[in-house]
Amino acid sequence: MNREGKAFSGEVIIRAITSLHERSNGLGGGFAGYGIYPDHKEDYAFHVLYETEESRKLTKPALEGNYQLIQEEPIPTRQIDAVQNPPLVWRYFLRPRLERRISSVESEEDFVVRTVMEINQKKEGVFVASSGKNMGIFKGVGYPEEIADFYRLEEYRGYLWTAHGRFPTNTPGWWGGAHPFGLLDWSVVHNGEISSYGTNRRYLKNFGYDCAFYTDTEVVTYLFDLLHRKHQMAFPLVANVLAAPLWDEIERMEDKEFYQFLRAVYGSALLNGPFAVIAAHNQAMVGLNDRIKLRPLVAAEWQENLYIASEESAIREVCPDPDRVWAPEAGEPVIGYLR
Amino acid sequence: MAKGKITPEFKILRDMEKCVSCQVCHRVCSNDAHLYDRETGVVTSEDSRCVGCHFCENLCPTGALGIRRNPSEIKLNALWSGRAVEDIARQSATGGVLLTGMGNDRPFPVYFDHLLLNASQVTNPSIDPLREPMELKTYLGGKPDRLEVKEGQTREKVLKSFLSSQIPLETPILFSAMSYGSISLNAVKSLAMAARESGTLWNTGEGGLHPDLYPFGPNLVVQVASGRFGVHKDYLEAGAAIEIKIGQGAKPGIGGHLPGEKVTEEISRTRMIPEGTDALSPAPHHDIYSIEDLKQLIYALKEAVRYRKPVGVKIAAVHNVAPIASGIVRAGADFVVIDGLRGGTGAAPRVIRDHVGIPIELAISVVDQRLREEGQRNRASLIAAGGFRNSADVVKAVALGADAVYVGTAALVALGCHVCQKCYTGKCNWGIATQDPYLTKRLNPQIGARRLVNLLRAWSLEIKEMLGGMGINALESLRGNREQLRAVGLGETDMRILGVKPAGEAW
Amino acid sequence: MKKIFIHEEYCMNCRLCEVHCIVQNSKTRNIIKAYKGESPKPISRVLVEEQGYLSFALQCRHCEDAPCLDACITGAMHRDPDRGAVLADEERCVGCWMCIMVCPFGVISRNVEGKRVISKCNLCQGEEIPVCVKNCPNEAIVFEEEK
Repeated sequence: MNREGKAFSGEVIIRAITSLHERSNGLGGGFAGYGIYPDHKEDYAFHVLYETEESRKLTKPALEGNYQLIQEEPIPTRQIDAVQNPPLVWRYFLRPRLERRISSVESEEDFVVRTVMEINQKKEGVFVASSGKNMGIFKGVGYPEEIADFYRLEEYRGYLWTAHGRFPTNTPGWWGGAHPFGLLDWSVVHNGEISSYGTNRRYLKNFGYDCAFYTDTEVVTYLFDLLHRKHQMAFPLVANVLAAPLWDEIERMEDKEFYQFLRAVYGSALLNGPFAVIAAHNQAMVGLNDRIKLRPLVAAEWQENLYIASEESAIREVCPDPDRVWAPEAGEPVIGYLR
Repeated sequence: MAKGKITPEFKILRDMEKCVSCQVCHRVCSNDAHLYDRETGVVTSEDSRCVGCHFCENLCPTGALGIRRNPSEIKLNALWSGRAVEDIARQSATGGVLLTGMGNDRPFPVYFDHLLLNASQVTNPSIDPLREPMELKTYLGGKPDRLEVKEGQTREKVLKSFLSSQIPLETPILFSAMSYGSISLNAVKSLAMAARESGTLWNTGEGGLHPDLYPFGPNLVVQVASGRFGVHKDYLEAGAAIEIKIGQGAKPGIGGHLPGEKVTEEISRTRMIPEGTDALSPAPHHDIYSIEDLKQLIYALKEAVRYRKPVGVKIAAVHNVAPIASGIVRAGADFVVIDGLRGGTGAAPRVIRDHVGIPIELAISVVDQRLREEGQRNRASLIAAGGFRNSADVVKAVALGADAVYVGTAALVALGCHVCQKCYTGKCNWGIATQDPYLTKRLNPQIGARRLVNLLRAWSLEIKEMLGGMGINALESLRGNREQLRAVGLGETDMRILGVKPAGEAW
Repeated sequence: MKKIFIHEEYCMNCRLCEVHCIVQNSKTRNIIKAYKGESPKPISRVLVEEQGYLSFALQCRHCEDAPCLDACITGAMHRDPDRGAVLADEERCVGCWMCIMVCPFGVISRNVEGKRVISKCNLCQGEEIPVCVKNCPNEAIVFEEEK
């Protein structure tokens, strides 16, 4: 991430993720780019994947009903051998029709969340990959560098990029299951397995988030949205919930009552199991490990740039001489804010 | 007609090579099933009096005794079992309701035995509980969705008031409500001492609170049942939480029952009822005829303790348990206790115990599901009760949605009970379900508490092992996590209601 | 010194203490042989006193100021320096029964079938814990330091 907001080419992230080729198995790769649509800064940019032309036609009324269609077009791609039978990938620039909100209390973001979930749940063969402003998620089945090639990612420029190569273990590789997972302008890439998935999922249901994609990254994304956007918790506090300190540690803390409260109330939001996640939205990038650090995560800084990766080699691939390199502690977030 | 002879249920086998006529069995059996003939110096047995409590077998110094089931001599019949025939014989003779004790013993399906747990491998490392922290701590009580500091409040005040409304538990296993009256004071003392040492809770049941037990208040849940036995202001203040008992799993729809034989002077004083009379609790609370009445009582109790203690409600698992539980949470309860089909009792009509109610596994699943659908699962803690036999049952219950689990029968078995189901006679040889001073002496609370602490410790260690195996290191990540369960040998509908996938199916 | 203390509230009058005392003081120390084989049958040195539902096991208290020690004419009654117990040397006892007369607890008996000497608890010499204590199912008697 370039914390001054200066855009850089997608090539940088492509090079970085390619160096981690051995960590994936070709069944999923993806990228999230921020600041890539400067001409449509105020519009919601939806990236949607369709299995068939039919499903695209059937979805159009749903989109038009809830949104004003500023522009729609297929995402430019190139044909490559490695990517066989890709779905149709389209992007839309939309403005929400606020008169279609279910009540005056529903905020614009809640409206987008609700309508996106409706499409994902109800429409067959349709998947909304990202639904944020001035950002987009590009993903599919293949090695990340192949996906980048497919989406012509080198043509884009943005100030924040994340990437992921998947080695799926729980669900078969499919275009929707690749990372990053997105909602609004959130994108989450994740290395690990959430053993508390069942608990987290049922907790999120209380707040209207329906998990439909059999991938545990989904709960991480929705939890970030719930805690940061809706409950207005700053990222360090979000980290305290997702990777909560041990009860014994809380006993020794100064603000002990607050942390007891936090853990008692948000216990079902605790992410258990090994994980390293990198979450991002328009204003920030956050890297976080589980509380006993069972997955690698390394961070580095060079001038105004912040780098977070599974391995230092990926960082050094694009930044040979960082000012500072460190491994974050278990449960301690690494946060880069847009200045 | 010839008066019917009831076939003895048990046969006492005495190995005469080993029997040394020490007379221990004769001295201890409260049912006089062993007799000593002074002339011959031989001890003999009267099989028809044996209730199968195994106390004599336990004490016999040479192991000469064996208690065996005595198969009924009635011709084998899939419909007319020996018990069915004898029940009719008994009822025709007495015209009375057949009573029984403990929990449902009929072969209805035990869903726990059809659920299996997960373990993490390769993709997710399992966690070693001996070397890594493994947290079983839970807080009981309703929780807000988020921290809200309203006008006129300070953050400190909100936090303090929240924490005082919660009860911390070191382990998710609590001792179920067993009244002083149904069990002896020594048994209650054992539970109280063990609860305090293990950082968990015990429950007064309908018996009121004996003065000797007030010091164990910080680990106590005081029950307000339909008979309101022993309920007065100090009683409400004494405990850490208050539980309104609407029903119990062993006998949904009817109230508690303490036969007059067990109402001694001390019981009479503690419960505030006349000595020697049957203590029959009314079926409903006569001030709760509908949900709004319950809300009124909940808030009346909260007022009485100035909102400083959580107030919860205990119901039996019946057909409509989900909407009932939902209503209870909306009525302001801080915790809801669901007691399933296998819940125990000191005395109940056998026909009600065996045929009314539904299994706890299904009940917890549907209640948890309903509360989540309505977005109010956080507002109250869910405690499951009714037939938990081991730590695996506990883990499965938490995975289905419970915050904690009440154990009753298991605790009594730890104290020596062999589930002979004769609690209502008041002649419990183990000194548990009796008020007879000859018998109550037999339960040394020091030993009893020690055994209960051991039981909780053993189960807690096993739970930690199972959690570690699943790749989880905090109990709150198991709560409602049905992904960690798979079903074997269950039909589609059962799996749907439990919310559990069949074994073999991955994510 | 460690002594046997009584918790009468837990005694259930099963008399297993008596049974095990008999076995301990038998020749074979095997319960079946002791009861069925040996003649004369050994006697128990502990006796359970009972009245109504109150009962407790009573044996020699090994008093600090033991009247039986003074009363013994042959010196058969002596104090064991290690454990502080009062022991009776059966070889020296002549059966005068004076100790029985002076014992305030009545815990000495006459072994009339055998050697016509007295019989009394000797705190199970050679055992770490007296067998009556070890085998009491309800810890109604305990072996502890005096408080």
